[in-house]
Amino acid sequence: MRYLPLLWAGLFRKKARTILTLLSIVIAFLLFGLLQAVQVAFESGADAADAKRLLTTARYSIIEPLPMSYLRRIEQVPGVVGVAYADWFGAKYQNESNTFPVFAVDPERYLDMYPEFTISREQREAFARTRTGAVAGRRLADRFGWHVGQKLPISSEIHPKTDGSLDWEFDLVGIIDAEDPAVRGNTDMVLINVAYFDEARQIGKGKTGWYIVRVADSTQARSISAAIDALFANSPDETKTQPEKEFAIGFAKQIGDIGALVTRILIAVFFTILILTGNTMAQSIRERIPELAILKTLGYSDGKVTALVLAEAMLMLALGGAIGMGAAVASMPALNASTGGRFPPLFVGLETWLLAAALAAIVALVIGLPPALRANRLKIVDALAGH
Amino acid sequence: MSGAAVNVLVEIRGVTKVYRRGRERVEVLHGVDLDIPRGDFVALMGPSGSGKTTLLNLIGGLDTPTSGSIVVQGRRIDQLSGSELAAWRAAHVGFVFQFYNLLPALSAQRNVELPLLLTDLSAAERRRRARIALTLVGLADRARHRPRELSGGQEQRVAIARAIVSDPTLLVCDEPTGDLDRATADEVLRLIQMLNRDHGKTVVMVTHDPKAAEYARRRVHLDKGVMTAEPVSW
Repeated sequence: MRYLPLLWAGLFRKKARTILTLLSIVIAFLLFGLLQAVQVAFESGADAADAKRLLTTARYSIIEPLPMSYLRRIEQVPGVVGVAYADWFGAKYQNESNTFPVFAVDPERYLDMYPEFTISREQREAFARTRTGAVAGRRLADRFGWHVGQKLPISSEIHPKTDGSLDWEFDLVGIIDAEDPAVRGNTDMVLINVAYFDEARQIGKGKTGWYIVRVADSTQARSISAAIDALFANSPDETKTQPEKEFAIGFAKQIGDIGALVTRILIAVFFTILILTGNTMAQSIRERIPELAILKTLGYSDGKVTALVLAEAMLMLALGGAIGMGAAVASMPALNASTGGRFPPLFVGLETWLLAAALAAIVALVIGLPPALRANRLKIVDALAGH
Repeated sequence: MSGAAVNVLVEIRGVTKVYRRGRERVEVLHGVDLDIPRGDFVALMGPSGSGKTTLLNLIGGLDTPTSGSIVVQGRRIDQLSGSELAAWRAAHVGFVFQFYNLLPALSAQRNVELPLLLTDLSAAERRRRARIALTLVGLADRARHRPRELSGGQEQRVAIARAIVSDPTLLVCDEPTGDLDRATADEVLRLIQMLNRDHGKTVVMVTHDPKAAEYARRRVHLDKGVMTAEPVSW
C-alpha cells in the first residue's frame, strides 16, 4: 500500500493517454462480462445436469415418442434406481409469441427426479392428486403474473383433445422454484399431470417423449445406457440413452456453438488489448527511464523497480477490469428486463469474476514483463547520462 | 574494518575506471587516491571529460571501479553486490543533481518521502520527516506543489530535502547549481554549506564554477583522470 501513491502517479502521469487505455480495458472486460453471462445462460442446462441422470430418447429423433411400456423394463435394468418420463406439449399462451415448454409428467416421479426444483409439500401433493393440475416455474409465473388457484388456459401446437380442440385448461396448483441461479434459469416452464393429458389427448395415447433415468453410480452411466438401449434394439422403437449433460450440450448446440463463438470474440478483443496496452505501457516506461534511474539512485533495488513496473501494469488492469466487470453487472437488470423472460436470466457469477481476475493478471504480466525487465537491466549511470 | 583513520570517511586507493565503447577501451580514471575526512566539504573540479562525475558516481555507489578500492565508513563498497549497494546508498548517501531529477507527477512532499518508502517508518512518520526536511530547506509552504509549479531554485531545494531526509552521512552533489542563476545558485550553495557546517554532513560536490567551489572547505582538481589536490583555507 505504501507504494500506491507512487504507482498511481506513474499511471496517471499522462492522464489522457491512461484514460484512453483504461477505457479500452474497461470495454474489453465489459464485453467479457456480458458474453460470459450469455454463455453461462446457454450452458445453464448442461451445468444444472446431474451426472447420475440419463436421458432415453428415440434413437433417430427426439421428437419420436416412446411406448409407456418401456418404463417397467428400464426400471429393471441393474443400477437404475429411478425412472421418470416427460412428453412435449408444445404450448402457446394468449398469442403466438408466448411460447414456453410444457411437459406432461408423472408428478411424483418427475419431482423426485429433479430435487433441485423446490416446491412446497402441499403444492406437490395437490399436483399429484389433481388430474387437471399444473405447476408453473417461478420465472414464468412472474412473467405472466400467475397465481396458485387460477385456471391456466393453454393451447397446444401438437396435441388436440379428443374433441379435436387444441385449447386446454389446467388448474394451477403450485409454483416450482430453485435456489441455484443456474437452475432457476430453467424455471420458465409448466408441468402438467400426465394422467389427465394422456386420457384427454386424441393421438399418442400410451406413449411419452422421453425417459429420465437415475443411476446409483455415475461411473456406470455408460454401461447402463448401453444396457437400456440393448433392451430395445431391433424393435420398432429403438432408443438412444446418454448422460443428461451430453444431451443438454447437444441440444444447446442446435442453436449454435455459443461457447466457441464467445471464445473467438474474446480472443480477438483481448489480443487487440494486449497490443494496444502493451504498446502504451512500453512507451510510458520508455519516457520514464530517467525517473526509474532516480529511484535506483535513491536505493530502490533492481528487483523493487521491476516489481513497481509490474505492479503498475497490474493496477491498470485491475482498475479497468473492475470497472468493466462492474459495468457488466450493472447492465444485467436492464438486459434481463429487455428479454421479457424469454431468455434464461443473465448474471455474472463468481466463476466469471475469477476468470476475469485471472485474465487481468495474465494480460498485466504479458504487457508488464518486457518494460519491467528493461527497468531491471537499467544502469543508473547510463540512464542519468541519457544513453 | 580497513586501516583508514577514524576521521576519514571516504578512502579511495588506486581507483581506475575503464569504459568500453564497442572495441574501444576508454580509461577515464587512472589510479586515483583520495581521502575525504568526515565533515569535509570537497569541491571536485576539472575540465569536461576529466573524470570528475565518474569519480563522484563511484563515491556515491552508483557505479563500481574497474580496479582499486573505495572504503566508506570502513566498508569496501566496491565489493558490494547490486542489491547491497542499493541498500547502502539508501542508508548512507544523499544525491543532488544538476537537473534536480524530481518525479514530475509527485508533489514536493511525496518526492521527499521517496527514500523513506524503503524504511519501516509509518506513513505518519514519513510525512513528519519529509515536512522537517522541507522546513529545513525553507519550503514547508510548497509541500503540496508539483515540481512544474516551482522555480528552479525551489526544485533544487526540494531535491536537497530529498537527499537529507533519511539523514545520510554523505551528500553527493553533481553540478548542483549548473542550471541556476547566480543569486539562486548562492542560495543553494549556502544551504549545502549550512548542512555541512551545522549538521555535519560530509559533502562531495562536482563543479566547474570557481565561485561555487569557494563554498567548499577544499578543492580537488582532476585532469585527464589524474588528481591534483589544492588545499584551500576556508
